[in-house]
Amino acid sequence: MTKEEIIQKGSLAYEKPSLLNNNTMHYCPGCSHGVIHKLIAEVIEEMGMADKAIGVSPVGCGVFIYKYLDIDFQEAAHGRAPALATGIKRVLPDRLVFTYQGDGDAAGIGGNETLHALNRGEGITIIFINNAIYGMTGGQMSPMTLMGQVTATSPYGREAAIHGYPLKLAEIAAQLEGTAYVTRQSVESVAAIRKAKLALKKAFQISMEEKGSCLVEFVGTCSSGWKMTPVDANKWMSEQMFLYYPKGDLKDITKKEKS
Amino acid sequence: MEQEILLLKGNEAVAHAAIRCGCDAYFGYPITPQSEVLETFAELEPWKTTGMVVLQAESEVASVNMLYGAGGCGKKVMTSSASVGIALMQEGISYMAGAEVPALIINVQRGGPGLGTIQPSQSDYNQATRGGGNGDYEVIVLAPNSVQEMADFVELGFELAFKYRTPVIMLSDGVIGQMMEKVTLKEQRPRLTNEEIARKYPWASIGRTPDRKPNVITSLELQPEIMEKHNLHLQAKYREISQNEVRYEMSGSETPELAIVAFGSAARISQKVVDLAKAEGIEVALLRPITLWPFPTESIRELATKVKGILTVEINAGQMVFDVRYAVEGRIPVEHYGRLGGIVPSPDEILCALKKMLKP
Ligand SMILES: Cc1ncc(C[n+]2csc(CCOP(=O)(O)OP(=O)(O)O)c2C)c(N)n1
Ligand SMILES: [Mg+2]
Repeated sequence: MTKEEIIQKGSLAYEKPSLLNNNTMHYCPGCSHGVIHKLIAEVIEEMGMADKAIGVSPVGCGVFIYKYLDIDFQEAAHGRAPALATGIKRVLPDRLVFTYQGDGDAAGIGGNETLHALNRGEGITIIFINNAIYGMTGGQMSPMTLMGQVTATSPYGREAAIHGYPLKLAEIAAQLEGTAYVTRQSVESVAAIRKAKLALKKAFQISMEEKGSCLVEFVGTCSSGWKMTPVDANKWMSEQMFLYYPKGDLKDITKKEKS
Repeated sequence: MEQEILLLKGNEAVAHAAIRCGCDAYFGYPITPQSEVLETFAELEPWKTTGMVVLQAESEVASVNMLYGAGGCGKKVMTSSASVGIALMQEGISYMAGAEVPALIINVQRGGPGLGTIQPSQSDYNQATRGGGNGDYEVIVLAPNSVQEMADFVELGFELAFKYRTPVIMLSDGVIGQMMEKVTLKEQRPRLTNEEIARKYPWASIGRTPDRKPNVITSLELQPEIMEKHNLHLQAKYREISQNEVRYEMSGSETPELAIVAFGSAARISQKVVDLAKAEGIEVALLRPITLWPFPTESIRELATKVKGILTVEINAGQMVFDVRYAVEGRIPVEHYGRLGGIVPSPDEILCALKKMLKP
């Protein structure tokens, strides 16, 4: 079989979404960001919203998401993406507006912007990549760093007496009147990716229906920051992270509506 | 709405003028002495008439970033605050300068440093005219001296912001924001539609249509060669603004012995000083910079060839005086008179300072 025959429509089992361009991604091997980018591209394409979607990129490893997805983007200051998204959504209410933020960005420096945008019920989706570390700056402790976790700024492990406790942002978000859908997902396996995609699509749809704001957390790996191989990182995430950050829907107002 | 003449505070006039010139959104957070801006918007409910968005943000950090987001969509957006809150906005202003996002930011100044006082001041001159945040950038700074100008500079501010794709600061103060004067408000103009915005501002991130590449509003570039090029582009833009947009007003004596340079409410007070001086036989000219950046350097340089000395009157410890000295290049004495901590100087004390300059 030639390459051309393989990529003929009929024999294609999988196709790259057209909104995801061919630029080489800068992510480390084993990183979750790339897969999540692809999911966003797929969902926007399936919803037919390419001309209506406006993304807001964070300061963090995801900062260059706009280099990979062919939709309009705005690059925010560290933590301020939800405020930008609020500004965008308020003046363009028929647009699909989402932010893409790391844990340091959304839960640390931008905690206030995140909570208030969610609680105002802005019709936006916050895509929140929780890798329990400041990946971009070289692996420092983040608000989500687990107890005992070793990072560049907690070299002897996170300790409550010094560093306090990991922040369960999604659990807080679920308590807010303004949120419509809050879910925690991951992308370490095909099954997890499929589930995550459905959750993302649901969030985008709800955000367009004036029901409130959505938070989709992805528990993700940072093999470089965690100083592990990609395989070990997936294992550590599954064994440690999912314990403290259990996966699944934390809030879904559309379920209430049905019952 | 037709043209109308009303008696308003400067802060109230800003809200009326914004709605009438087709502003798309206001984001703000309460702080004295400018809370009437947001309060007036809330009372006028423009979302029911023109469709303008008005939102009380959770902080000035949030307001300025909402401004960035909505401004990045090519919308006419504004915020207002007083000194303390403007300090918090500097991150966003720097980002907007870098990403070339047009917006209007109004600073109704109060005294500092820190929480300082709620009384009027002009002590944010340096912050406003030197960019204010990180990086090599400038913002256009308009200094109103009346309620009418606070209204007029909303429209002018938007015009300049879009012409040059830059944040514009209206540097007012607690006197002008709070005082009531007669103001002529223009008739209602329509807001731009999304289609008009897409045509007029092809850079706006308003949703990618198939006929164009994605628009990205960003201040980031990691490759230094490209970043230097972007910086040089910004600097060229600032040179163009400096050449085209200097605004000032001359009044007082045409055969002056001395000159006063003052802006905003200090210029209003100085008008009185010019009259008092004339009554005592001292001929004084008043040069009022209307744009603080770009600064009327050339005009002041020329003025320096006609007078024996220049007094800058500022409600601060002496900030603009350095720009005036730079313009004058040491040819004549340049002194400063100001009061601090929220005290507004009286015409008499300024006259005293002026007379001192005539003593050998
Ligand atoms: C105001 C400000 N403070 C600090 C930084 C430096 N900085 C850049 S990215 C980052 C942490 C990002 O971590 P996270 O949000 O978890 O994203 P990740 O890289 O892990 O995906 C920090 C502290 C900055 N750019 N701006
Ligand atoms: Mg992180």
